[in-house]
Amino acid sequence: MPKRDTPPLRGEMLPGTLDMLVLQTLVLGPAHGHTIAHVIEHRSESVLQVEHGSLYPALHRLEDRRWIASFWGTSENNRKARYYRLTRAGRKQLATHTDRWQQLIRAIGRVLQPSNE
Amino acid sequence: MRLWRYLRRKHWDRERQAEIQAHLDIETDEFIGRGMPAEEARHAARRKLGNVTRIREEIHEMNSLGFLETLGQDLRYALRMLRLNPGFTLVAVLSLALGIGANTAIFQLLDAVRLRSLPVAKPGELYEIKVVSPKGRSGSFPNRYPHMTNAIWEQIRDRQEAFSSIFAWGDWHFDLSQGGRVRPAEGIWVSGEYFHTLGVNPQLGRLISSEDDRRGCAPVAVISYAFWQREFGGAASAVGSSVSLDTHPVEVIGITPANFTGIDVGHRFDLAVPVCSEPIFSGKENKVERRWAWWLAAVGRLKPGWTVERADAHLQALASSVFTAALPQQFDAERQKKFLSYSLKTSPAAQGLSELRDTYEDPLWLLIGIAGVVLLIACANLANLLLARATAREKEVAVRLAIGGSRERLVRQFLTESLLLSVVGALCGVLLARFLSQALVAFLTTSQQTIFLDLRMNVGVLLFAAGLAISTCVLFGLLPALRATRIVPAAVMKAGGRGTTAGRERFTLQRALVAAQVALSLVLLFSALLFVRTFHKLSTLNAGFRTDGVLVVSLDGLRAGYAPERWNAVVREVFERVRSTPGVDRAARAENFPMGGGWFNDNVSPADSDAAKSEGKLSFFTMASPGFFDVMGIPLRAGRDFTEADSAGAPQVAVVNEAFARKVFGTTNALGRRFVKTDGVRHVAQTFEIVGIAGDTKVTSLREENELMAYVPDTQLPGFPLSQTIVLHSNMPLRDVMSGVLHSVTQVNPAISVDFSVFKTQIQETLVPESLMATLSGFFGLLAGVLAVIGLYGVISYMVAQRRNEIGIRIALGAARGNILSMVLGGASKLILAGLVVGTGLALLGARAASSLLFGLRPYDPVTLLAAIVLLAGVSFLAAAVPARRAARLEPMKALRDE
Repeated sequence: MPKRDTPPLRGEMLPGTLDMLVLQTLVLGPAHGHTIAHVIEHRSESVLQVEHGSLYPALHRLEDRRWIASFWGTSENNRKARYYRLTRAGRKQLATHTDRWQQLIRAIGRVLQPSNE
Repeated sequence: MRLWRYLRRKHWDRERQAEIQAHLDIETDEFIGRGMPAEEARHAARRKLGNVTRIREEIHEMNSLGFLETLGQDLRYALRMLRLNPGFTLVAVLSLALGIGANTAIFQLLDAVRLRSLPVAKPGELYEIKVVSPKGRSGSFPNRYPHMTNAIWEQIRDRQEAFSSIFAWGDWHFDLSQGGRVRPAEGIWVSGEYFHTLGVNPQLGRLISSEDDRRGCAPVAVISYAFWQREFGGAASAVGSSVSLDTHPVEVIGITPANFTGIDVGHRFDLAVPVCSEPIFSGKENKVERRWAWWLAAVGRLKPGWTVERADAHLQALASSVFTAALPQQFDAERQKKFLSYSLKTSPAAQGLSELRDTYEDPLWLLIGIAGVVLLIACANLANLLLARATAREKEVAVRLAIGGSRERLVRQFLTESLLLSVVGALCGVLLARFLSQALVAFLTTSQQTIFLDLRMNVGVLLFAAGLAISTCVLFGLLPALRATRIVPAAVMKAGGRGTTAGRERFTLQRALVAAQVALSLVLLFSALLFVRTFHKLSTLNAGFRTDGVLVVSLDGLRAGYAPERWNAVVREVFERVRSTPGVDRAARAENFPMGGGWFNDNVSPADSDAAKSEGKLSFFTMASPGFFDVMGIPLRAGRDFTEADSAGAPQVAVVNEAFARKVFGTTNALGRRFVKTDGVRHVAQTFEIVGIAGDTKVTSLREENELMAYVPDTQLPGFPLSQTIVLHSNMPLRDVMSGVLHSVTQVNPAISVDFSVFKTQIQETLVPESLMATLSGFFGLLAGVLAVIGLYGVISYMVAQRRNEIGIRIALGAARGNILSMVLGGASKLILAGLVVGTGLALLGARAASSLLFGLRPYDPVTLLAAIVLLAGVSFLAAAVPARRAARLEPMKALRDE
């Protein structure tokens, strides 16, 4: 359980991480912007509070790179919404990105806790 | 992808806006679901989303191409600036259009005569086979490319192995009329492989092939596309119809495509006729049999795998057997020896053969250099104007820099303005060039020769113009742009209404530019004066004869089918009728007369000296009838004119010019002396007694020294028919005389063909290259001078305006007006002087390039140079005096109050 007093990491996300989080969210299936924002928030146990607004430029950028594709659909509560799905290129990108990220985490971990080695 | 998004960025904006709205709606629904009041829920959702406009902006920026976006902005801004300064824009575009137009037009001509290859298959494989004759050749040279005799051609054709196919070709004038006034057509004699070697396919019908080119063949004609359109209106029935060439009916067998105009650059052909049919037109004295008639040029397509060196070696090895087999047997021993020493070599023919190129290539390169300098001066002028404007825009730049504009971005914007100017200037220039190049070709066209050049705009020419536009833009735009943006905003803003003192440096640059303009325009003015004086000297030169009111009438009876024996009687009859034509006050027959176009020369030596001791001299010969000197206004210094008594049976007599008498007899008092004329070609010698001494004249060119000339009665040369050319003098307009003369001739026989040439025009037309240089360099010199003077005036005025309050204070403090005047003029004089000194050096260096085109002047002619300096200095000083006077008259109170 997260401690209630852990402050949310607002606007402090590392560059590029938002892209990865969005791609990861879409692995489960197509979703619209609102869902994506909430899923990220929920799964990070509210540590990562995405400013919903910043999500859209990111989606635009990802679509531009053809890692995701979009279509108009109807939301759970019958609202028109733009849905995004992962493309094959996006899946590949996510895999490499995740690998790199984990290497980075391990490396930083080693630096921060050298005695563990 | 980016571009696609860029073009559809409005659509994407709407799309994202809709998406964000959907997000807000969903979020609001959720908040309401949790029990929030509707209004509050909407606000909360909005808060959570953040600044919608910012999001949209961010996405919009992602969709835009920064470069295109700012270019569009810069262009709009530049257009606005140019619209706000119509005077500046007009001057800039006009001077660039003139400069670029002139350069492009001259380049078009150079491209057409020098740079471009023939429009045939693989032109790079074509080589001309030339006779190398360092000691000169003997014989007749009747056309533009008399490089080879028929006998030599046949030998080379049958022996060579270096070329996969090879052809001979020669130009000829045909007469399309059936008699009367000549209707000329440009013909070419072609050997069988002509079209095959060049890879030309017929537009219609068939082309001349080896089958058509057999000794003793009957003539057939292939006509050009242009001739087909002109004479047959493009009708398909032209093939198989007949044309009249020199009164012989000739069948048209085919038509060449439109893009093929022959290999003679500068001329296009109307009709091509096989070489072998030449005897049909010329009869017994034909050039196919005559071994001393040089009238063909041979071109071959090099075999694959053969290098030029190998081909040259091969031809050299063939030379001795070729020349032995083609030797003219009538030649005397000396000429035979010379003939046998000739050699053969190749020369590249990818660009065709061109007499026009030989005459005009050097003048054109020189002219494009001159036009380039004019463009440079125009650029310097524009740079100065832009520098002045940069000062005026100092505050604008300072503000933009102060609020965070990057310098690079500002430079780019300034350059966009320059680029816009140069592009518009270049576009106008290219349009102008189309007319200018046509006008240039019209300038080169004479009554004797119609020049044809393919001047369609091609990629090369357009690239040249684009290159000019870009380089001029950089030349005149870059420096002012860098200067304008290199300022410290704070200093400028602090200076308030006053100009900053940093202006000193800017003045230096402007002054250097003006001095450079003065220097360059001195070079152009000097060269213009050199060429104008050359032309003036040549056109006012005393050539030794009169040109006013002289008409040259050429008759051709061969075409009328007269046998040579009958012809002499007909010529006499025609001559008598022409002489009594109303308006004709004097008339004579003459052939090969001075500056008449054709010439004839032979060896002469004194008859009374040892032939062995005196080496032969070459003298020109004119075959004339009595009265010739009177018609031409050539003075008889001593002795008498010919008379009717000097007939075929009488003792042979001659009138020689003073140069002849001096060079052959060592004295002008040579009356009664006798000389021998040795015809080395036909191997006959004749002795003439001198009965008259005539004044010297120019013979083949106005530029030459006076040459030796002997006039002999046209009745006394065995083997020569009477002269078929009549020169006459009239005080009436020659155009009116022509119709009377034509009537007189056709009364004798309507089949005799007649051609007219106004002697004065004919002489003037020998000076077309000089006239071209004088006209164009004069124009460019004037333009350069005007541009330099405008530049000087502008800069001095500008400097005076910038120093307005300084001058005001000086006057207020008691400076005399004269002091102010001399202060400003002194500054200007330094500029002018510096420009003149540098310009003199450049002019002396540059004039050497022109030396071969000058006449009667050395390239460093001091009088001309002094004239140019004085002229330019005077005009420049006047240009500076206007703003200087304005400065001296400045009202100090007014100047200071305006601050």
